[in-house]
Amino acid sequence: MNARWATLLILAAVIAVIPWFFPSGYYFRVAALVWVTALGAVGLQVLMGQAGQVSLGHAGFVGIGAYAMALGPKYLGLPVLACLPLGAALAGLIAFLVGRPILRLKGHYLAVATLGFGILVAMVLVSEIAVTGGPDGIRIPRPEIFGWRPRGGEAWYWINGAALLIGVWLALNLQHSPSGRALAALHDSEVAARTIGIDVARHKLRAFVIAAVYGAVAGGLMAMMNGFVTPDAAGFLQSVEYVTMVVIGGLASVPGAVVGAALLVLLPQALTVFHDYEHAVLGLLIMLFMIFLRVGIVPGLASLLRRRSA
Amino acid sequence: MSNVLLSAENIGIGFGGLRALDGVGFEARAGEVLAIIGPNGAGKTTLFNIVSGLYRADAGRVVLAGQEVTQAPPHRLAALGLSRTFQNLQIFFRMTAAENVMAGRHLREASSLLADLLRLPAARRANRASRDAALALLAEVGLAEHADRPAGSLPYGALKRLEIARALATEPRVLLLDEPAAGCNPVETAEIDHLIAAIAARGVAVVLIEHDMKMVMRISRQVVVLNQGRLLAAGTPAEVRNNPDVIAAYLGLHGAKEAALA
Repeated sequence: MNARWATLLILAAVIAVIPWFFPSGYYFRVAALVWVTALGAVGLQVLMGQAGQVSLGHAGFVGIGAYAMALGPKYLGLPVLACLPLGAALAGLIAFLVGRPILRLKGHYLAVATLGFGILVAMVLVSEIAVTGGPDGIRIPRPEIFGWRPRGGEAWYWINGAALLIGVWLALNLQHSPSGRALAALHDSEVAARTIGIDVARHKLRAFVIAAVYGAVAGGLMAMMNGFVTPDAAGFLQSVEYVTMVVIGGLASVPGAVVGAALLVLLPQALTVFHDYEHAVLGLLIMLFMIFLRVGIVPGLASLLRRRSA
Repeated sequence: MSNVLLSAENIGIGFGGLRALDGVGFEARAGEVLAIIGPNGAGKTTLFNIVSGLYRADAGRVVLAGQEVTQAPPHRLAALGLSRTFQNLQIFFRMTAAENVMAGRHLREASSLLADLLRLPAARRANRASRDAALALLAEVGLAEHADRPAGSLPYGALKRLEIARALATEPRVLLLDEPAAGCNPVETAEIDHLIAAIAARGVAVVLIEHDMKMVMRISRQVVVLNQGRLLAAGTPAEVRNNPDVIAAYLGLHGAKEAALA
């Protein structure tokens, strides 16, 4: 079987098997958070890992998706579930409009422009108190799926796990397709990509929109799971965490984004034993990972294993 | 003048105060090799960059297969049948050799983003067709056994040929080759020599920048000589070889001897 199916099978197996080892219901909640965060990170991997375009504003799209779940029912009277695709479409549209001008920028300039976008979204969410509830956040109505009301960590564990599986499947498909090759080409040499007929601006924009849609769906699921959302979901720190997940897991690797997300969600939980020093230890671990597995955890371990078996 | 596929007329471009090119032009015909020669800094690669749409000329026009394309972006020129290679390699280093060439099939891949995301039959068909085409082209340039190696691990001479295969993957009518034999040993140079002749024989108009005078004299039908951004001479290899301006400005004593021997 090829690597694509192997990745999907391993992920499906992990999702199916680990609940057997959960000592309490609390773990469902944490794992559900891992899956949904990973979904957002996989979207960023398409943009950063496949197309090579940095974004420091990814959480802005997560926030748009999350707030759509609150504002759609409140102001438009929509069922909360219908707001998931609507939020994704809105995020995609905003990415399309914002991406056109800013994706002309490269490297550090693009980083700063996307950073500005993320901060802008978070600012609007904080300051438009009348609409968004401001810094205190806003409640999300409980969704109803054909009469079933998912409640508690276990239900969301399966919903988010399934969403992640679909998200990884789509991202892997993309990576090994004509569109994915166009992204990889412009990542390596924009000049060469253009001369073989690739419309570089158009393909960058596509990757940006795809990342935004992933982010919004992840944000929407996360908001429904928590029943609540605050502007922190769209904050700068969140954006930085997404970038860290993608880089630490391995930029070139779709499953790397999942591993990176798992690490960044789980480590702070595991490091609580260090009390006041947990952030310092987290930072130290991230540095060590980057020093010893520069290409990221998944590609790094894969090449180590290959060398071992060769 | 029939079957002119690419013509550049009166091209001029300035960088700051410097006129890098002024009043330069050429006409490339189907099935023929046209060589552009000249000392370093003569403006040869700049001319390629203008013709392939990477730079914008501030004077003159470019006509590709009867269409004015002076301001057209590179990806549109590629769609109209113009492809090129680079003097300083522009390889997709993170891909395998085969994937590099498959990327060159971009314009021939009839698959939508949706089909690609969902891996619909259209996407799978496009992948298969591109891979088959890439393997055939790699065989043609002598890289068949390296198909699944990362491009970054191939030697320099192989990468030169990989760029040619990638450019050919677009099925160009006009192919610009920027120093395809630079840094290659005599055996590799002879191989590239044959390859270029074979490409031209298929009806492609080949425009070649090359410093290897023996190769230029052997395979080109026309030679254009640039010096300091201006046209110094143009004509058949024999005419250019005997042009006293060319001998004085470019070939020098040693070069003249070498050309005479070729």
